[in-house]
Amino acid sequence: MTELLVGTKKGLFVLEGEPGEPFGVTARAFEGEPVEYAIRDPRSGRMLVSVTSPFYGPKIWYADDPSGEWQQAEGVALPESGDIALERVWVIVPGEADGTVYAGGDPGVLLESRDGGATFTVNRGLLDHPSRPKWQPGAGGLCLHSVVTWPGEPDRLAVGISAAGVWLTDDGGASWHAGNEGIVARYLPDDVPGDEVALCVHRLQRAPTRPERMFMQFHGGVYRSDDAGQSWNDIAPGLPSDFGFPLAIDPADADSAYVIPLVADIDRVTPDGLVRVYETRDAGATWTPRGDGLPAEQAYLTILREAFDWAGEGEALQLYFGATSGAVFGSADAGESWFDVATHLPPVLSVAASDAP
Amino acid sequence: MPVVRVRGPLKQLAGDCSEHAIEGASVGELLVELERAHPAAKGWILDERGVLRRHINVFVNGERGGQETPVDAEDEVDVLPALSGG
Repeated sequence: MTELLVGTKKGLFVLEGEPGEPFGVTARAFEGEPVEYAIRDPRSGRMLVSVTSPFYGPKIWYADDPSGEWQQAEGVALPESGDIALERVWVIVPGEADGTVYAGGDPGVLLESRDGGATFTVNRGLLDHPSRPKWQPGAGGLCLHSVVTWPGEPDRLAVGISAAGVWLTDDGGASWHAGNEGIVARYLPDDVPGDEVALCVHRLQRAPTRPERMFMQFHGGVYRSDDAGQSWNDIAPGLPSDFGFPLAIDPADADSAYVIPLVADIDRVTPDGLVRVYETRDAGATWTPRGDGLPAEQAYLTILREAFDWAGEGEALQLYFGATSGAVFGSADAGESWFDVATHLPPVLSVAASDAP
Repeated sequence: MPVVRVRGPLKQLAGDCSEHAIEGASVGELLVELERAHPAAKGWILDERGVLRRHINVFVNGERGGQETPVDAEDEVDVLPALSGG
């Protein structure tokens, strides 16, 4: 049995089902509120949810049972003495150290918890980075949407910010340096300085069995890094478009990545009326379309950056993604075939998959 | 003493009480004091800079006001989510 936490524009939906069959909604929470992201921490079983009320601001909530009582996490804010406020929490990620949980938010900030998500503090190294005055928001704000841990090394992190590029730390977040070499932004002049950070990273993932390898979906580009995010190589050739938002991997295969191309930044729908996931098993040298069971005609979907996740690995890899149409699709065979998980949810903002408790 | 009225989740967070008599000379002062007296409500009306959240409206005696709006002892201040959404 697999559990999906689906964050939607109108609340959290908890779905459960057997891979390959339609899932059922087993719980709802935060009805009517935008749930940007929800995850179950596999270490504790605790569910953590980010809710950005248009009225009351961004909050993180946690509970062990989605139908039970939710607790509001403390410290989900920026320093009171500052001149910026937390606008939104995009992603929540369990860290490598016991009890550590990260939350990435707008305006390009990283929040850290050492108690499993009950209390957070802002990472000052990134907040106070001297390059911050040059950071520019993307269309969705200055969002820190990707927090990529390094298996077994809690002090090593990579984060992706739209549109402020990739930032790397080797000292637990005390200091950060940019990792953007090789990224080409078509929306910038050709002669832009090499240290330009106005780079619209859409999603990062790390290969856990070869942690120095990462994959990136960029705002017009798909990249691979083999040096822990310091430099990036273009692996988009072979895709119908290099524009898209989410990116998934098979954790058992360091050469694997999955993307869902959209037409372009000016037309953010699946191309040609076809919904296709593209898979590489050779680190981006070639791409294979995976669409068996996905909508194949008059299908113009938008899949957002946090709305693609996986459970399991290898031949048992399950993949799940949701669209702003409210449809959620799944694969129980690593993308070979797909099935309808749910068809009529509110616009899907995020999907997180795990074994059902 | 001016009275601040809240409803919905703000009422729950403010001790499950909808009316709060608070000392203060402006709407902003009343809201700061309301959040101070009820820490569960901290950050729900004012953000961490102390700025009234964009989609929260305040009315003083039925007239639209703002943080700087002065208040007198007999004034009534309503704090309401804006009519917005999608």
